[in-house]
Amino acid sequence: MKMEMCVPSSWISSCGGLLAAGGAASELTWSRIAVQCVPTMLALALSPLMLGIINRTKAVMAGRQGPPMFQPYYDLAKLLGKGAVYSRTTTWIFRAGPIVGLAVMLMATLLVPLGGSSDEDAAPLGFGGDLILLAYLLGLARFFMVAAALDTGSAFCGMGASREVFYSALAEPALLMGLAATERAIGRYYVLDHSGGMLSLSEIHVVLSNDAGTIWAQGALILALVAVSLVVVLLSENSRIPIDDPKTHLELTMIHEVMVLDHGGPDLAFILYAKALKLWVLSALLVGLVVPANTGSLGLNIAITVLAIFGVAFLVGMIESVMARLRLPRVPQLLVAAMALAGLALVLEYREVAAP
Amino acid sequence: MNQVLMSVGILLAGAVLALLTSKLPRICTFLGAGSAVAACAFGVLPAWNAFNSVGPYESQRWNWSMPEGADFIVQLDVLSALFLLPVLFVSGLSAIYGSQYLFAARYHKQLGPPWFFYNSMVASMILVLLARNAVLFLIAWEVMSLAAFFLITFEDEKPGVLEAGRIFLIATHLGTAFLLVFFILLGQRLGSLNFDKAPPDGIMSSATSSLLFVLMLVGFGTKAGLMPFHVWLPEAHPVAPSHVSAVLSAVMIKTGIYGLLRFLAFLGPPSEWWAWVLIVLGLVSGILGALCALAQRDLKRLLAYSSVDNIGIIALGMGIGLLGVQTRNAALSVLGFGGALLHVVNHSLFKGLLFLGAGAVQTATGTRDMEKLGGLLKKMPRTALGFLVGALAISGLPPLNGFMGEFLIYLAAFREEIRLTNPMVSVPALIVIASLAMIGGLAMLCFVKAYCIVFLGEPRTQLAQEAKTPGFFMWVPQLVLALACLLTGMFASRVLGTLGPVLTSLTKFESDVVQGELQEAAGLLSHIAMLSAALLAMIAVLGLFRWFLLMGREVGSTNTWACGFSAPTPRLQYTGSSLVQPVTSLLAMLLPMRTNLNPPQGYFPQSASLSTETFDFWQERLYKPVFALIGWALSKLRWLQHGLTHLYVLYIAVTVLVLLIWFLGMRA
Repeated sequence: MKMEMCVPSSWISSCGGLLAAGGAASELTWSRIAVQCVPTMLALALSPLMLGIINRTKAVMAGRQGPPMFQPYYDLAKLLGKGAVYSRTTTWIFRAGPIVGLAVMLMATLLVPLGGSSDEDAAPLGFGGDLILLAYLLGLARFFMVAAALDTGSAFCGMGASREVFYSALAEPALLMGLAATERAIGRYYVLDHSGGMLSLSEIHVVLSNDAGTIWAQGALILALVAVSLVVVLLSENSRIPIDDPKTHLELTMIHEVMVLDHGGPDLAFILYAKALKLWVLSALLVGLVVPANTGSLGLNIAITVLAIFGVAFLVGMIESVMARLRLPRVPQLLVAAMALAGLALVLEYREVAAP
Repeated sequence: MNQVLMSVGILLAGAVLALLTSKLPRICTFLGAGSAVAACAFGVLPAWNAFNSVGPYESQRWNWSMPEGADFIVQLDVLSALFLLPVLFVSGLSAIYGSQYLFAARYHKQLGPPWFFYNSMVASMILVLLARNAVLFLIAWEVMSLAAFFLITFEDEKPGVLEAGRIFLIATHLGTAFLLVFFILLGQRLGSLNFDKAPPDGIMSSATSSLLFVLMLVGFGTKAGLMPFHVWLPEAHPVAPSHVSAVLSAVMIKTGIYGLLRFLAFLGPPSEWWAWVLIVLGLVSGILGALCALAQRDLKRLLAYSSVDNIGIIALGMGIGLLGVQTRNAALSVLGFGGALLHVVNHSLFKGLLFLGAGAVQTATGTRDMEKLGGLLKKMPRTALGFLVGALAISGLPPLNGFMGEFLIYLAAFREEIRLTNPMVSVPALIVIASLAMIGGLAMLCFVKAYCIVFLGEPRTQLAQEAKTPGFFMWVPQLVLALACLLTGMFASRVLGTLGPVLTSLTKFESDVVQGELQEAAGLLSHIAMLSAALLAMIAVLGLFRWFLLMGREVGSTNTWACGFSAPTPRLQYTGSSLVQPVTSLLAMLLPMRTNLNPPQGYFPQSASLSTETFDFWQERLYKPVFALIGWALSKLRWLQHGLTHLYVLYIAVTVLVLLIWFLGMRA
């Protein structure tokens, strides 16, 4: 009896929480909901453009003209229009992989804030502790992508799967510790009165953007360490140079591209789109930390943030133009270094308060 | 309460009946498994009611002729009920599964003994959870261990089984020895061997309570499989019949955790280093357990090591909780202990599920060696689905239940208050965050391997090629457990909400403070459940979208592309060992490995081979040397042994004489 009484009420209250910002109560109006949908819509619409920008940057740096900026959109449209061919070895796991991967990335875009500098402009689904959920959602997508790769029974896919899981096992602690350090460093300026004593990603961004000068001045070292480790995580999670080479699936770069070797048609479109969204989400995290825009106008904030996200794409393109891919045995070292930086940031953060 | 005692009665009656009808396998299975299922079903409702009640708790007390004025006391409070529910649930389902699993052995084995021991093991587990008297507790504890021993050695004709049973017997008795001393000391301090009431404060010096804590940690830690006392798990779990492994790993090792939680309350205010010890042991168990797990080829051995890793997660939660008690921080202790308890329940469900799945694989193919399997999803789709749910849950991935407990422990480690108190508290929190993240990554790799190598791809050998579909009674329990994993994930906030009384007695905070903290955490969990539901809906919508896209289009099928090589064989697939090789080679110092390499020699090499074997760090570096030393010391006493009966009679006579003189001397 008690169960029937209890569950719906708690679900309804969290239903409200879904639409309100990260636990902080706000008026539920249609315009509010519309405003909260804008960042998500932007992410959905603009994320493939990031891939276009990266490719254009690389082309220009190499003295080529390169494909049009909107090439990823053409690719997506073409792939969505195709039929499919499946290996006889594969099962429903292979077909589920791209679907779960895309669903997870769509969820992730709903958790990560985009230029909101007040509680009302927070990410639609954010809550205290969403950064933990984000890291584990990425894990869920990875599990299914890797399972889909191994489902083909191909040695190449197996090789890619092995490396993908291994590198992300190292990148995940780095991401989590980096976000933890940020949360701690910023939570200091914020009196908590709710939600399990932990800031949501949106609240982190709100606090940071409202007092960016002071916070960066006082915690510059911590935030810079986190930013550096986030860049490495971003490159690794999105399989970019120097960890992986997105251009090819051939012998020595067998990580992400080789995992999806057997996918085609709409499945590949899902994978491509999920990849773009992942790049967008992690870039938005980085931008939120480094360029916490607060101009007083939400539209302008969002515009600045989106430009900065494209800036990240440009940066990734530059890195890809000037660096070679690392030898495989070197990659774990880079990731462990990122983990160490994030860990150091966390230690510094704890020490800073503990010292006096 | 009485109903739960009646289910103990049903179990014991079933045990005896199964033994009596041992010659008739069909009737014996019906009586043995049927009584277990009936007893478990009978006990679930009262256990559920007790779990939801806020006290006072029912108890029963009888006098029995035991020393030290002890009474036969049983009581069912929320802590007992919390552990009792998984015991009943998993044991009942495993009995259903076991009825079919064991029945296959009816031509060369008597089925009476295994059902006798299975039912007595479950009955004694229930009594362990109910007992409020040290003598009763130890008797039940011992019956549980002995019954488990006879179940583990069921297939004693196979090589290595008796050896594994012996390791289990030695480990569990060493643990019990520590517990015996613990109970005697505790009884001395309390003045009674009954522990049905909370003791008055301040009856123990901190030195005594610390000594008791260490005794308890070793004794209960051995049962729970906390590293470095875990050596029996990877030996005993693989060789036991699979429904028994499921019960051992899912619920029996939890009695160790239960013991720790139950008796922590009797030790008075905790010292800071207790929390440190728990967190360090949790870190070691978690990371090394996951690492050892992913290096295994034997599917059930992998699962056994993964239990060590999950016990590590529970210990991390308990450590954080103790830290909260010690620093008088309600939020920390509620979240830490709450996360640990939630993980106890969750682990029971998904580990039971995974062991049943592994057993189905073993029955279908006759092997547990993952490198010989592959492609089983097509032969046994339901087992594959159950195992997938279990693998996702144990990797701590949302929307399943494994994530919820870990989330609470994370939340505790992230608490604002941690760093405002003192650096000796913030460092453990840091360790917890880092190690949980590491464990998460390693556990995922481990279960990607376990799932994909066994169920996906092409069959690697004839054994996998000819796999048989498991029977009805073997797959139904798996799907029930899989559903339970999903539901406890979705309703984790509800489970957490009822932990108030347990957490109040564990943390010794005011009950409304505890309730307040619980409400906050439960709110977050129900928010996550909402998001999980949204995620599932999103997956469904995208699935429909894909179906819509492909509708009416050409969908072909072909071979997997092998870079132009046209005649690939299943042996070209990536193996499980190569899948995890990057990790095992990077962390080789933590994972000792023997490599036997016979390289190709000469211009026309005749043969070449490479085999690797991972061995247990602690067993190889700690226990083997210590036991070798003990063996060496004892061999010095060999001159006493002559094999002559009259010499032994002389020894006895001399001993009696010496004791008599000593006794009379004491008298005088």
